[in-house]
Amino acid sequence: MSEPVAALNGAIFAGGIADVWEVPLQGMITLRGDLANARLTKAVASVLSGKVPQPGRTTITADRGAAWMSPDEILILCAYDEASSTLAALEKALDGFHALVVNVSDARASFRVSGPPAREVMGKLCPVDLSPAAFTSGMFRRTRMAQVPAAFWLCDDDTFQVICFRSHAQYVFDLLSVASQGGSGVGVY
Amino acid sequence: MSKRHSTGGRLLNREKALHFTFNGQKFSGYEGDTLASSLLANDQMLVGRSFKYHRPRGVVAAGAEEPNGLVNMGEGGRFEPNQRVTTTELFDGLTARSQNHWPSLEFDIGVVNSRLARFLPAGFYYKMFIHPRPFWKYIYEPFIRQSAGLGQAPKEPDADTYEHFYHFCDLLIIGGGIAGLQAAKTAAKSGARVMLIEQTGHWGGRAVVDGGMVDGDPVDNYVEQTVAELAALDNVTLRTRMMGAGVYDHGYVLGYEQLRDHLPGSMGPRHRLWRIRAGHIVTATGAIERPLSFAGNDVPGVTLAAAVRDYLVNYGVSIGQRTVVVTNNDDAYRTAFALHDAGLSVPAILDARTGLGKTDMRERAEARGITVMAGHAVASVKGGKRVTGIAVCKQEGAGAVVQEIACDAVAMSGGWSPVVHLWSHCGGKLQWDADHAFFRPDADKAPTGDAGQPFVTVAGAANGALKLADILEDADAGARAAAAQIGHKIRKSKSPVAQREEEAPLEPVWLMPAEAEVKLRSKAWLDYQNDVKVSDVQLAAQEGFESVEHAKRYTTLGMATDQGKLSNINGLAILSDALGRPIPQTGTTTFRPPYTPISMGAIGGEARGEVFQPLRRTPMHDWHAAHGADWEPVGHWRRPYAFVRDGERLKDSVNREVLNTRRNLGLLDASTLGKIIVKGPDAPKFLDMMYTNMMSTLKPGKCRYGLMCSENGFLIDDGVVARLDEQTYLCHTTTGGAERIHQHMEEWLQTEWWDWQVYVANVTEQYAQVAVVGPNARRALEKLGGMDVSKEALGFMEWADGTLGGFKVRAYRISFSGELSYEIAVDASHGLALWEKLMEAGAAFGVMPYGTEALHILRAEKGFIMIGDETDGTVIPQDLGLDWAISKKKEDFLGKRAQARRHMTDPKRWKLVGLETLSGAVIPDGAYAIGEGTNANGQRNVIGRVTSTYYSPTLDRGIAMGLVLYGPDRMGEVISFPGTEGATFKARIVDPVFYDKEGEKQNV
Repeated sequence: MSEPVAALNGAIFAGGIADVWEVPLQGMITLRGDLANARLTKAVASVLSGKVPQPGRTTITADRGAAWMSPDEILILCAYDEASSTLAALEKALDGFHALVVNVSDARASFRVSGPPAREVMGKLCPVDLSPAAFTSGMFRRTRMAQVPAAFWLCDDDTFQVICFRSHAQYVFDLLSVASQGGSGVGVY
Repeated sequence: MSKRHSTGGRLLNREKALHFTFNGQKFSGYEGDTLASSLLANDQMLVGRSFKYHRPRGVVAAGAEEPNGLVNMGEGGRFEPNQRVTTTELFDGLTARSQNHWPSLEFDIGVVNSRLARFLPAGFYYKMFIHPRPFWKYIYEPFIRQSAGLGQAPKEPDADTYEHFYHFCDLLIIGGGIAGLQAAKTAAKSGARVMLIEQTGHWGGRAVVDGGMVDGDPVDNYVEQTVAELAALDNVTLRTRMMGAGVYDHGYVLGYEQLRDHLPGSMGPRHRLWRIRAGHIVTATGAIERPLSFAGNDVPGVTLAAAVRDYLVNYGVSIGQRTVVVTNNDDAYRTAFALHDAGLSVPAILDARTGLGKTDMRERAEARGITVMAGHAVASVKGGKRVTGIAVCKQEGAGAVVQEIACDAVAMSGGWSPVVHLWSHCGGKLQWDADHAFFRPDADKAPTGDAGQPFVTVAGAANGALKLADILEDADAGARAAAAQIGHKIRKSKSPVAQREEEAPLEPVWLMPAEAEVKLRSKAWLDYQNDVKVSDVQLAAQEGFESVEHAKRYTTLGMATDQGKLSNINGLAILSDALGRPIPQTGTTTFRPPYTPISMGAIGGEARGEVFQPLRRTPMHDWHAAHGADWEPVGHWRRPYAFVRDGERLKDSVNREVLNTRRNLGLLDASTLGKIIVKGPDAPKFLDMMYTNMMSTLKPGKCRYGLMCSENGFLIDDGVVARLDEQTYLCHTTTGGAERIHQHMEEWLQTEWWDWQVYVANVTEQYAQVAVVGPNARRALEKLGGMDVSKEALGFMEWADGTLGGFKVRAYRISFSGELSYEIAVDASHGLALWEKLMEAGAAFGVMPYGTEALHILRAEKGFIMIGDETDGTVIPQDLGLDWAISKKKEDFLGKRAQARRHMTDPKRWKLVGLETLSGAVIPDGAYAIGEGTNANGQRNVIGRVTSTYYSPTLDRGIAMGLVLYGPDRMGEVISFPGTEGATFKARIVDPVFYDKEGEKQNV
C-alpha cells in the first residue's frame, strides 16, 4: 500500500498576521448512538480511556480524545494508523448495541491557525463569538466557514485546529490564508 | 469666492500639504481635509452637473447627506463612481473627476434639458415613452441610457481586498457624537460589552463645531476626555470610520468600516463589513439640516447653514466672502456669528419667521451689527454657476421683490430632521413632532425582538433632542434604558450637565415665499440629485398620486444615491400641502439599509478570486489538471469533462474516450458520487421506504440499482445500493445528490420515523473511487494482483473487499456504460496512488482516462437515465419506463401514494423513448416535438421533448432520448423537432437502448 497523502500534502501559509498549516492525517471515527447509554459511555471509556464530551465541548488533548458533534454523535480522534484498531475495538465493545461506528479519517482535512490574532482570523470566516471570554479551551464548535461546513477547537490560547471536508481543503486553506493577510488585524480582542 | 483662511481649521495639519487632481487640474490641500473642503479651499465651487437638467451644482452639505458632490474617484483597479466629496478624506495623489457632464464640467451640452424643463415634468418618461412601442427599443432607451446615470462603471477588476468580521456585543451604540459618547460612558458602567462606532474619522460630531459648555468646560474638552476614558475600558470597543449601515432582525447590524480609503494601496483590506449581533442597539445618529425651498436654491454657493460653519471651523474654509443667512430657526444664527467672528461679511439674516419678536439670538446678531430681516425670505437667487446675489421678498406673499442683496453665498436652514433611518430599518415607528416640525422615533413602537422586547433605543439628536444639554440628558437616560433591556443595572450617578442656551421656536417653512408662483416653484429644488422640484411633487399630487410611496416613484424624489436625506421631509410636506392634509397623515417613505451606499467589495467580503466559491476537488484532481482536463462543474465539484490531448478538439477527445472505453479500457474518477452508510436493525425497513425497489431482500455481498422518489412521487435520485452486512448498507447517490439525499434521510429519521433504529453517515469523501471500464478491465485488475475478480468470484452486481496491487480496496461489479466494469473504492489518502497504479497497469491494455461527457454518451447508448437530464422534478419513474424498479409487493414507499393519483397514471403523460434522426444528425438539446394544431394561445401543440442528445461515436450517428406523448406505443413513427434558424429534425421513435440490447457485454 502507498503512503497515505493528506489533501494538500502539508501546505503552509506564513508571513501574514497568523500562520496557517495543514496538519498531518489524523485518525477520525464517527460514533453515532445514544450518548447517555451506559453501554456507549463504557465503550468509550474503555477504548479511549476518556469520557463522552458534554454538548459543545471536546476532550481532545494532543490529537486524541472526542468531540461532541450532535445529540447522538461524537467524533473520536486518534493517530491515523490507529484508526482501524480503534474502530475494531469500539465495534467489539458495542457488539449488539445499536450504534454506528465508521472511519472518516480520509474524509477530512485539518489545519492549524496560530498566532495572537488567530481568533480574529477565525472571526472573519465563522459566525461565532470568539472573544477570549466567550470561546475558551475545551469548547468545540461545528459551524460555517465562509461557504462550507467546518469545526474547530483551541489547541492553546493562540492556536485553533480546524477540520473540514477533504474536498474543501484547498478552499479552506485559501480562506484562512486570505483572512491572515498582512495588515488585516482587527484589533478587537 | 470660496477660500482658505490663514488660521483656523481644527482638523487640519497645515504642516502636511497633500496634492490631488480634479478633472485633470492640479490642486493641493492639507492632511485632515476632505475632498470637498480642499476643493472649496481652491475656489472650486462647481463640482458636478445634475442628473436630469445638467444644471451646475456645488457642494451643499458637509457630511454623508451631500447630494451634489459625487465624483468618479481613482484610476484603473481603484476606480469607483459616485464617491461623495464631503466624506472622502483627502490623500496624496487622489484623482477625481466630476460626473454627468459632456463635454466638460464648465460647458455641458445636456444643459439644454434645463431649457426644456417645462416639457420634462414629473412622470415625463412614463407618459412619453409608451408609444409608439418600437420606439422604446430603438430610440428612447438608447438615448436615455446615453444621458442617464451618474458615475461610470469601473472597467478593471478591483485591486483591493475586502473582508467580513463577525462580532458580538451586549450593547452597540451607533454614532460617535456627544450622544453616542455619553451613552457609551453611562452604559460602560454596567460592565456590559459595549461597542461604539462612528462613521467619520473624528469623535464628537457637530457639538465641537457648534460649541457649548459641559460641566463648565468647553465641549471639546468633554469629547476628548470621554474618548480617553472609554478607550481605557476593557469592556468598550471604539471604532471610527465605521458606519452603522443597517439594522436587521434580532439585533443584527451591519457595520461598514472604511479601513484604507484614506490610505489607498497600503497593505491590508480596504473595507471590512462587520456582521454584528448586539443584545441591544442605541442609535445616536444625530440630525440632518434641511434645505429651504426657494427659487435657485441649487445655484452653487447656496449651502446648508451648518455646513458653512463646518467648513469654517473644521477646515478654515469660507464658502463665500459675503454670505446671506436664510432661516426659519435660531440655529442658523450660529453660522452668522461664526462668519462674522471670522471677519467675513454677513449682509443680512433673512428670518422667515413671521412672528419673530425680540429673541436672544436676534439681539446677539444685532449687537454684532448684522441686519435681521424678520418675516423675509429669498425670492430668487441670482447667478448661474455661482451665486451673485439674491432678491428678497416677504415670506407671506407670492414673491414680490422688496430688495436685492449682492452676495456670493447663501447659508440656508429649514430646521433639522433627526436621522431615524436605523431606528426605522427594522420596523421602528415615527411620530410627528409639530413643535419642531420633524418626525422623531416613537419610543412606544420600537423594533422588537424574539420576545416582543424593544431592541433599539434612540439617543440624542436622533431622538429629537437638539440642544446640547438635552442631548446629554437623553443619551444618559437612553443608555440606562438600553442596559436595563438586556438585564444590566447602572448605579445612579451624576451625568454631565451642559449650559443651556435659550432658543426661540422654529416656524415650519416648506416653501419660500409661502405663496410662490409657478415660475418660482419650478426653480425650487427638493431633490438635488434627481432634479425634483416643488412643482413636480405638486403635479404628482394633482395627477392623483396621493400615497407618498407612489409620489416618490412617480417623481423619483428620494430615489437617488442619497436616498432623499435632504429632500424627504420637504417633499412630503409639499405633498401634504398639495393634498390638503396634515403631514403625519402623509407619512414617510420606507427607510431601507444601507444608510449610505456601501461598496460591492465589502458585501462580497473575501469571496473573490480563488475563494469566490468553494471548488471541491477529488484526490486525483491535480492529476487530471496535469493531463489536459477540460473541467465541468458538477455541484461544487470540478470533474473532467474530457482529457484533451495536444492538437485535439474537445469533441474529438470525447469521441476518442468513448471508443477507447468500448474497445479497450477507460478509467473514470467516480469519487464524487455520494456514499451514505445506513446502519441499524431497522435499516432494511428504512431503505424499503426510501427506495421504490425492495432493498430488504438484497443479500449481503450484492448490489442493486435503486430509485428514490420524493413523497410527491417524483424521481429525485438514483444509484447502486450495496448491502455490507445484515444491518448495514452503502447507498450510492448522484454527485450532486450526496448532501441532499443524506439530509433527506436524516429528515425522515428525525421527524417521521424517529423511533426506528437507524443511523446514517455521509462517507462520500472517505473514499476515492475509480471506475475501471471496458473489455480489458478484468485483465488490468488481474495485472495489479490480489483479490479474485473473475466472473465466478465477483459476479455482475456483486461487491467484495480485498486487495489490488497492495491497496486495500472494495470492488463493486457495477456498470453505467454497458461494458465489463468495476468500481474500485480506496481510502481517499491513497486515491491518487491507486489511480496512477491503474494507469500503469492498464498501459498494456490501451487504458485512457475518460471524462463526464464520455460517461454521458456511454450511458445514453445504453438507454440509462441520468438524474437531471431525464428528470427535472416533474418526472416519475413510470414516465421513464422504470416500472421494473418499482416494487409491487411493498406496502409502502415514499412516493407510492402520489404515483397512484389520477394525474400520475394518466396515459397522456409523456414517456421515455429513444430517438434516431433520419439524417443521422444530432437534435439540439431541449428541442420540442410538434404535433397537430395549436393551443389556446395560438402556439403549435407540442407532443414531446428531447431530454438527452449526443453524437454516438460507437454508432456514428446522432442518438437521443426524449419524453413523447404515447411514445412507447408509437415505435417506428417519425416526429418533427424544429431547431433554430428554420431547421427541422425528423426523428424515428425507437427503443432507448441503442447498444447491446441484451446486455451481454457488461455480464462477462
